[in-house]
Amino acid sequence: MNQKASAVQIAPGDNSTAAFDIKRIRADFPILKQKVYGHPLVYLDNGASAQKPRPVIDAMSEAYETYYSNVHRGVHWTSQRSTEAFEASRGKVARFLNAASDNEIVFTRGATEAINLVAAAWGRKNLNAGDEVVISHMEHHSNIVPWQMLRAEKGIVLKVVPIDDDGNFLVDEYRKLLGPKTKLVAVTHVSNALGTVVPVEEVIRLAHQKGALVLLDGCQAVPHMAVDVQALNVDFYVFSGHKLYGPTGIGILWGREDLLNAMPPYQGGGDMISSVTFEKTTFKKAPHRFEAGTPAIVEAIGLGAAVDYVSAIGFDAISAHEHGVLQYATEKLSAVKGLRIIGRAREKAAIVSFVVDGIHAHDLGTIVDRAGVAVRVGHHCAQPVMERFGVAATARASFGLYNTRAEVDALADALDEARRFFGR
Amino acid sequence: MRDELRDLYQEVILDHGRSPRNFRRLENPTCLAHGNNPICGDMLVVYLDLDQAGRIEDLAFQGQGCAISMASASMMTEVLKGKTLAEANKLFECFHDMCTRDDFDPAKPGGCDVDAMERLSMLSGVREFPIRVKCATLAWHTMQAAVKGEQEISTEGAP
Repeated sequence: MNQKASAVQIAPGDNSTAAFDIKRIRADFPILKQKVYGHPLVYLDNGASAQKPRPVIDAMSEAYETYYSNVHRGVHWTSQRSTEAFEASRGKVARFLNAASDNEIVFTRGATEAINLVAAAWGRKNLNAGDEVVISHMEHHSNIVPWQMLRAEKGIVLKVVPIDDDGNFLVDEYRKLLGPKTKLVAVTHVSNALGTVVPVEEVIRLAHQKGALVLLDGCQAVPHMAVDVQALNVDFYVFSGHKLYGPTGIGILWGREDLLNAMPPYQGGGDMISSVTFEKTTFKKAPHRFEAGTPAIVEAIGLGAAVDYVSAIGFDAISAHEHGVLQYATEKLSAVKGLRIIGRAREKAAIVSFVVDGIHAHDLGTIVDRAGVAVRVGHHCAQPVMERFGVAATARASFGLYNTRAEVDALADALDEARRFFGR
Repeated sequence: MRDELRDLYQEVILDHGRSPRNFRRLENPTCLAHGNNPICGDMLVVYLDLDQAGRIEDLAFQGQGCAISMASASMMTEVLKGKTLAEANKLFECFHDMCTRDDFDPAKPGGCDVDAMERLSMLSGVREFPIRVKCATLAWHTMQAAVKGEQEISTEGAP
């Protein structure tokens, strides 16, 4: 790790290393050539959605232009070809997560639908009044609201793991919340608002000791680090394709095959049944049991291409590069007068959330935008986190594999400009 | 600094944003409402005291938000004092046009109080920033909600 970090440090500016050619990577993303208000686009909103590399765009165009059809239905050439490409993507995702089988990969619309699927299908069947679901204080709304809806329906109890002033997940407090009634621990792998990497190995080990299952929200983790669901020994893992340089409208629920096959269907319709009569319908096994209706075919193919793209670069190189940028951004932004970083956890990934004295995040966002710098401002769909730190909103720079130190400089310069402008 | 930003964040706006006028709570208001902009977390409360004839005797606000929403709320409390509700609604109509329509002519504010519109014209820079129009109109929507007897209003779903 030290070796990697120093490799990044000896190559100031564009961060190129032998293993990681930033110029070539940036050339793969057509949008990065865009100018915004006369400035080069500096895209630092990857936590909301990442840009798409040429291979993803091409794979989707090729599907539409040469072999597109519905899947799992036709005897004709296009349908067979589309089915092959669609199922091949499932295989790519399975290998990406080191799943034990392709059957463990369920295509969903995104992580939100994946969590709702688990709440509706697994939760409704297995949770009863008084059963406890443990979440953390830094969940995205998508990992809070589905459980609140289940609470309203079934009378389950939600427990919330606190975080400290730096945004660290408090393992000791977590341990105290676990008990005989804990049935599920549903936490984020990496916080979207703070960048905190949650010690998930420990979280999973302690939950399993109490006989509880664990669901991890991997949206902010899979773009930045290798995830091995078997090594983690987790039970459910979800992520969205569009944050992993893939298209919108496609996401993944990974679940252990035995768990998935013991769950009732989520939605009813075509493609998820073995046979239908008006008296009785039998359902397919996972994953098709959970994929009613025509899926997002070309989006799934695009996600497969995205997985190939990041896998070819490799997470050793991606993570070393991004840590270099994150470290540089943390130092550089800390030097901006009146700027306070929200979230200084011991282990972080690719995200710097901050506030500036006397300047509302929304005003900051508008001013830096005119310098071509795209950052997210607001509550990041994580209002409990904002409340925890006593702020209504923060600005957030979230990095992807194509971001550079020069882009961090552009952000810092724009922030200085905003500060001068507001007379701060 | 780019010109559109200078137009948006004029010194007057920054001043109102830093030291908003009528930033207080009315003890026994005739009506009040909470306004939220869930996208950026702006939250404010607008209080109104109306006399028997429906004239605004006093109005005030409290809350937190960006410079634009704070300045707009502050300026609104200044221009609406002493106005009838009908005049207030008309003024909001003109103000909304000013914030959204390229063909708005400040010299012909369509039957509105010319002095009030001149003061509000400090905010016309938002026209170049469509995403910020909601910030400028939040206080006004909240004022209207209060008068209609609605407790709460959100910019999501509002034009």
